[in-house]
Amino acid sequence: MNIQGENKSRNNLIGLLPLWIVMGVFMIGPLIVMAFVSIMESNSYGGIHLKFDLSGYRQILFDTNLFDEMEFNPAYLIIIGRSFLLAVAATIISLIIGFPVAYYISRQKDSVKNILIFLVTIPFWTNLLIRTFAWIIILGKDGVIENSFGFIGIIDDDDSLNLMYTNTAILIGLVYSYIPLMVLPIYSSMEKLDVRLIEAASDLYSTRINLIFKIILPLTLPGIIGGSILVFVPCLGAFIAPDLLGGGKKLLLGSLIQFQFAYARNWPFGAAIAMVLLALIVTILYLNARVNRRHEQNA
Amino acid sequence: MLNLMFKRKKFLRVWEFPGFLTWTFFFFGFLYIPIVILVIYSFNSSKFAMIWTGFSFRWYEKLLTNDDMQQAALNSLYVAFVAAPCATAIATLTALVVVRGGSFKSKEFSNGLVTLPLMVPEIVTAVATLIFFAFIGINLGLINVMIAHTVFCIPFAYMPIKASLEAMDPTLEVAARDLYSDRNSTFRYITLPLLMPGILSGFMLAFVISIDDFIITLMVAGGGSTTLPVYIYSMIKMGVTPEVNAISTLMLAFSIILVTGYWVFSKKS
Amino acid sequence: MKLNAFKIFVYSLILGLFSFGAMAAGKLNLYNWADYTPDELIKKFEAETGIQVIVDTYDSNETLLAKLQASGGSSGYDLAVPSQHFVEIMIKEGLLEKVSGIKNMPNYKYVAEQFQGPSFDPNQEYSTPYQMGSASFAYRADSYSGNGSSMMEFFKPSSEICGKLAVFKSPEEVVNMAHLALGSSFCSEDPNEMQAVMDLLVEQKKCVAVYSSEGINDRLKSGEVIMHAHWDGYSQVGKWEGVDDLTYAYPKEGVVGWFDSLVMPKGAKNIEEAKTFMNFLMNPENMAILSNFAAYANAIPESVNYLTEDMKNAKNIQVPDGIPVVFGKACNKKAQSLIDKVWTKTMQ
Repeated sequence: MNIQGENKSRNNLIGLLPLWIVMGVFMIGPLIVMAFVSIMESNSYGGIHLKFDLSGYRQILFDTNLFDEMEFNPAYLIIIGRSFLLAVAATIISLIIGFPVAYYISRQKDSVKNILIFLVTIPFWTNLLIRTFAWIIILGKDGVIENSFGFIGIIDDDDSLNLMYTNTAILIGLVYSYIPLMVLPIYSSMEKLDVRLIEAASDLYSTRINLIFKIILPLTLPGIIGGSILVFVPCLGAFIAPDLLGGGKKLLLGSLIQFQFAYARNWPFGAAIAMVLLALIVTILYLNARVNRRHEQNA
Repeated sequence: MLNLMFKRKKFLRVWEFPGFLTWTFFFFGFLYIPIVILVIYSFNSSKFAMIWTGFSFRWYEKLLTNDDMQQAALNSLYVAFVAAPCATAIATLTALVVVRGGSFKSKEFSNGLVTLPLMVPEIVTAVATLIFFAFIGINLGLINVMIAHTVFCIPFAYMPIKASLEAMDPTLEVAARDLYSDRNSTFRYITLPLLMPGILSGFMLAFVISIDDFIITLMVAGGGSTTLPVYIYSMIKMGVTPEVNAISTLMLAFSIILVTGYWVFSKKS
Repeated sequence: MKLNAFKIFVYSLILGLFSFGAMAAGKLNLYNWADYTPDELIKKFEAETGIQVIVDTYDSNETLLAKLQASGGSSGYDLAVPSQHFVEIMIKEGLLEKVSGIKNMPNYKYVAEQFQGPSFDPNQEYSTPYQMGSASFAYRADSYSGNGSSMMEFFKPSSEICGKLAVFKSPEEVVNMAHLALGSSFCSEDPNEMQAVMDLLVEQKKCVAVYSSEGINDRLKSGEVIMHAHWDGYSQVGKWEGVDDLTYAYPKEGVVGWFDSLVMPKGAKNIEEAKTFMNFLMNPENMAILSNFAAYANAIPESVNYLTEDMKNAKNIQVPDGIPVVFGKACNKKAQSLIDKVWTKTMQ
């Protein structure tokens, strides 16, 4: 038994080695290098000078104006704020839309359930770029919405509803991209609900509203929180929806970061913003872990 | 009297919500109608993707003469065919250790490490990988993309394999160890075949994820390493023509077939 | 055949490794502006030389510079097409390969003398000519009552244009156009002058529908915008595509000139193939294919013999008398950082 034990831990180590090497070098390594770059000085033609310089972070709040005077710059805070608000809005909308769907599916026969869940999952595995592109066709000038409205006669041929390049368009894109991720965890939670609990409760509470708020909601809370995080985190760092549907005028965190590396050539600043985004997400995940632990302790 | 009360409850139980059926119906509509519109317009004979003028296959024909796009599609396949097996292999090893290795110090850590790419926003991973490759000086064209893809495919391959392992009946292996004297044979003739559907599911998932990846490839790919999603992006930026719809439809069909295959496989196990 | 994990693993890897075989010689990776490479030209080159050409695109000099910088000397591209001032920057930053023997290339003799050994490449060791043109703005004459006589029509648009205006996504040409409008010189290091530029751009932004350098003609054709920052030749192509009233403005303050060249980025793998293409393009007949497609002027006088009637009569690329064409310059770091600041603040 002892020999097996020793072999086991050596085998464990060997088995884990590929993972550690690959993740360590190609996942953690890049993050460390990025953190390093965020505190270096930038080269105005692109790249960096190997010189310690916190201006990457300083630029988020303060910037030298054209006259080399330092002044407070709210613009990036606005971008961070806008990204945050849109992510929150997308999460709430996904929750409102997705919750009844998860509930309905969980009430079906097993065979129907499986097919429905499969149908919910399919879009998630298709290309996000393509799915967002579909909305350009729908929302754009002379797009499906405008054409149909024109056909019915609500608007003139030459008029434009100007749906594209707005925060609303981005919001629609975000919800569309990630709503399956809201439905699945909630559905999971609902599956674990004991039907008898609900039956028993329905004797106590006569109205459906009470049933939802007093019983179903609290019991499926882990699923709701899980789904919310799965939607909120990608929305916060989203790039495709703001880039395609926002027209480059409405920058969000994801497109701001990409902009630094594809056009602006300001690597330290781009890296700094990426670090800020990472910090926000780590905080949320940490808080979530804390809440989960407390929930488990209570239950 | 009791009969009546019983009847009323049966007619509409209080935990069934009548509006929810309609709600779910509209939900699936919301989810699928954009895709359907996209596909329909790929058969549009007019140049403008948004005004319907008639049925035509011409955009699909145009795809056949688009060399650059075919090269991009080939690149996507090359990358996926390298990244998916590598990711699956690493994921399998890791899953075996995590599930079967008993309790050991770094178990939680390894489990977390595997899922790290899922927790970091894609744009951050993309940018960090770009900087990393530039710094270290690794500039091997398509290989850069393959490495980046392998990394983020690992968690996707890992999850089905781990689930499959956890669902496996351990008594089979204990019985097998009585028959076969060494661990290797047990592994090869019992564990591996039982695990096969899970591994295949993981492989297919990793493959789909690699084919569909956009942001990371956009930042990391150099010359001659353009993949299909990146190529489609530059087409979209140039102007919306039904050519984009056509190639999008093909990509969608491809992904859906693969995912359906994965689903069928995972049901079998 | 029993599906075996090991077999799948090996087969997949083999398929994937095929890619390295496929990457073998006889290829050329060209990185060019979007919509700037005629299919006809590529097919002709491939037929004559057997070299397969793969084209990737970018939408601005800045994007090209960023890409070359990010890949640190191994971008994977064999040829790129920057404008004159960016060639200067790239040479200075060590991003280009020296190309030996350009002057000895058989077709070099067709290049007009005044374009041989240009100021950004006096010894002709980095570049060969591609095309030249100008940047300004274009508008749908049927929907606009103005006549493009002043650059201010672009920066302070009338109410019929406001909301239906589009501007390039990248700064350098727009900032230079602003300099022309305000009468200041390019690459200004004066904060006051740049402040004026910024005020102008911020003011303009209120009327801008979208910032983009791609899909310009589509946007004008659909009516999404009536006025767009544009290039002379590309606006002519828009006219040929059916937008009859697409007019290119030659305002009294002048237009921003540019001169594009073929260069070889550092770390190019297919050097001989690239040189073959450089030589190929200097042939008058081939350069004419390019001009007939993109509607720009070029540095090969004899190509005139192969131009189409449409091209000879192209109205949008004919510079009226007395309109200055001011070429962009490579700004030093101080001026460049001012430009970057102005643009970042405008885009926020």
